[in-house]
Amino acid sequence: MIRDPSDLQRYNASERANHWVVGICFILLALSGLALFHPALFPLTGLFGGGVWTRILHPFVGVVMMLFFVLMFFRFKHLNQMGDTDWEWVKRAKEMVDGDDHNMPEMGKYNGGQKLLFWFLGLAMLVLFVSGIIIWRAYFSHYFPIGVIRLGAVLHAAFAAVMIIAIIVHVYAAIWVRGTIRAMLYGTVTRAWAKQHHRAWYRQVTGK
Amino acid sequence: MALQSLDIAKRSATTTEPPQARKTLEVAKLIDVSKCIGCKACQVACMQWNDLRDEVGTCGGTYDNPTDMTDQSWTVMRYAEVESEEKGLEWLIRKDGCMHCEDPGCLKACPAPGAIIKYANGIVDFHQENCIGCGYCVTGCPFNVPRISKKDSKAYKCTLCSDRVAVGLEPACVKVCPTGSISFGSKEDMKELAEERVTELKERGFKNAGLYDPAGVGGTHVMYVLNHADKPSLYSGLPDDPTIAPTVSLWKGFAKPLAMAGIAAAALGGLFHYVMKGPNEVSKEVEAEVEKELEAEK
Repeated sequence: MIRDPSDLQRYNASERANHWVVGICFILLALSGLALFHPALFPLTGLFGGGVWTRILHPFVGVVMMLFFVLMFFRFKHLNQMGDTDWEWVKRAKEMVDGDDHNMPEMGKYNGGQKLLFWFLGLAMLVLFVSGIIIWRAYFSHYFPIGVIRLGAVLHAAFAAVMIIAIIVHVYAAIWVRGTIRAMLYGTVTRAWAKQHHRAWYRQVTGK
Repeated sequence: MALQSLDIAKRSATTTEPPQARKTLEVAKLIDVSKCIGCKACQVACMQWNDLRDEVGTCGGTYDNPTDMTDQSWTVMRYAEVESEEKGLEWLIRKDGCMHCEDPGCLKACPAPGAIIKYANGIVDFHQENCIGCGYCVTGCPFNVPRISKKDSKAYKCTLCSDRVAVGLEPACVKVCPTGSISFGSKEDMKELAEERVTELKERGFKNAGLYDPAGVGGTHVMYVLNHADKPSLYSGLPDDPTIAPTVSLWKGFAKPLAMAGIAAAALGGLFHYVMKGPNEVSKEVEAEVEKELEAEK
């Protein structure tokens, strides 16, 4: 569903659906995880049918998220290799955050910040999945010594907290950079958006 | 609370102060292992009073039966055969169960408000109606005591017969012990009793006899008189110096406010950045350039 024939396709339907499955899982996991992390947020268990249901559901949603994240990871991995210009972008990121993007180097489909987020999320998902299995009392905890379970609990909480912060940044960046969210909703961006924010990608897909 | 004996001193996953106006006596159970003959009357009494019936298990080649605590066996006798040059072969028998820590690791780890309660008298009790079955109490306990039921996924352990104590009775195991190995009373009195017994044991040649009331967990409301108090681990792995693990303290301590502050800062940071710097729009220049490029194409 292209709004303007000159718009550029950034994501196909399958990529968008994949992203939203992961996104919905993340929201469910963050809410249920926070409910069990801090007493002040325990009332969030009400969203899942109470404390017991929250405890039962959280790990299964985690497994679904991991499956779809792995799919997405291998889909976008080749587009997220860090290059020299990406590091240059990261160094100058402060200028852009301050509102001046004139000196930012030309970026391909993803900028240095997006790429670093991609790799951080890969690491975080791996740690969360492994530690989540270890602290999954109903099925797996009895296979692990107590010291490993305790470490798993701390790592799970720590990586989850940092990942929630990273996703807040991710979502905010999409809101802040006007014209971005439509890429994940119906797949296209305007040519001007592409030229402004991802000029190398713009040249690549338009040949200009 | 109706009964002063059930005044609450600590409540799991609760960040505000418990009621503290009334002061109540701290109780303790004293288990004198040097008087224990391993008859398991305490195990039977525990089952009977609490209406528990464990499955008939298998013999593991020792007197330990059942071989471990379960949701149906809140206390078990553990039999250790220990050889030393000085004493030769010794049969060290210990009644294992919840130690009722002053600073309970289970309560610290529990995410469900009111699932674990520490009464003002020192008893640590699980309230299964609030338990969500996550098993964090197992993760937090320095003594490996809580057991999760396979039937209902709730955590169970010795209640120190909080229901009996609430109405002025001693715990069931204390009531039945035929050798007087288990005593119950105020923590102060139990310490005095222990001191007398330790002096006796020392006179009888157990020079390392002593009271096990580990300071690492703030002391316990179940204490042991050990004839080898210098090596608690001889008694089927009783921890020498139990404390709440640093990983658990970090997870349930510093990590909580830090993570909440970080998440709040990220969300507020985003809002204020948008308000103060404005959105990142496509510039008019670039829009005009793209228009021209498209015109040229036509």
